[in-house]
Amino acid sequence: MRVSRAFQLLSLFLLGGLMLAGLGGLRPFGEPADSRMDDYFIAHAQAERATNNVVTSIVFDYRGFDTLGEAAVLFTAVCSVLALFRGGVRG
Amino acid sequence: MKPMSVVVRSVFCVFGWFVLVFGAYVIVHGHLTPGGGFQGGAVFATFFAALMASLGEGAFGESVSSRFLSTVESLGLLLFWLLGLLGMGRTFFHNFLAGSGSILFGGSVPVGPNEGALATGGTVALMNLSVGMEVVAGLTLITVYMALARLVVPDGGERGHDR
Repeated sequence: MRVSRAFQLLSLFLLGGLMLAGLGGLRPFGEPADSRMDDYFIAHAQAERATNNVVTSIVFDYRGFDTLGEAAVLFTAVCSVLALFRGGVRG
Repeated sequence: MKPMSVVVRSVFCVFGWFVLVFGAYVIVHGHLTPGGGFQGGAVFATFFAALMASLGEGAFGESVSSRFLSTVESLGLLLFWLLGLLGMGRTFFHNFLAGSGSILFGGSVPVGPNEGALATGGTVALMNLSVGMEVVAGLTLITVYMALARLVVPDGGERGHDR
């Protein structure tokens, strides 16, 4: 028990130290990161994907696979709610 | 759920339809204006939640079967996946309809600010529609099941949660 508590503390300090070290690598506030990708989307989305709404063209086209996962998450949520309430519903 | 007072019912019957129209607008114009299938679907499903809250569950529970809603939901997700799969000539989720001149949202868009035409966007518009189908049916299904739920007690009786 003692050993496991010491191990917990050690891993906590290790992870906390790694997070603090990672904070040092953040960009200063107000200076955005490298924006080459954003510039590409803004410049090319209308011509490539024939979509005025660049945000939608990213969500449903450039990153469509991610949106498929989102839709699957919603589907799973509905399925679980149905499974939960199934016993009490008539018909 | 019991129907609410005559004030709520009257106001809903007069103004509730605007929610439906706005939800459909947000879904259909997903590739032109902010919003899309998820957001418009949630707005659209709000109508059914308000319908059951104001007029009682009987206003909706018997007219549309949960089997139908479940079918629409599954169909929406399948359609979305299928549209992604149809782009497999290049990559998964490649927009093969964009700017192709096809009658199905195949128009092209000038670069820069423009007034926007509905028949553009290619698969983006179709995916918005299919996701909208899924979200509308899914959220309505959740609302219906929660409204119709009964508390089943071990001795065989059952009662609704608000009676």
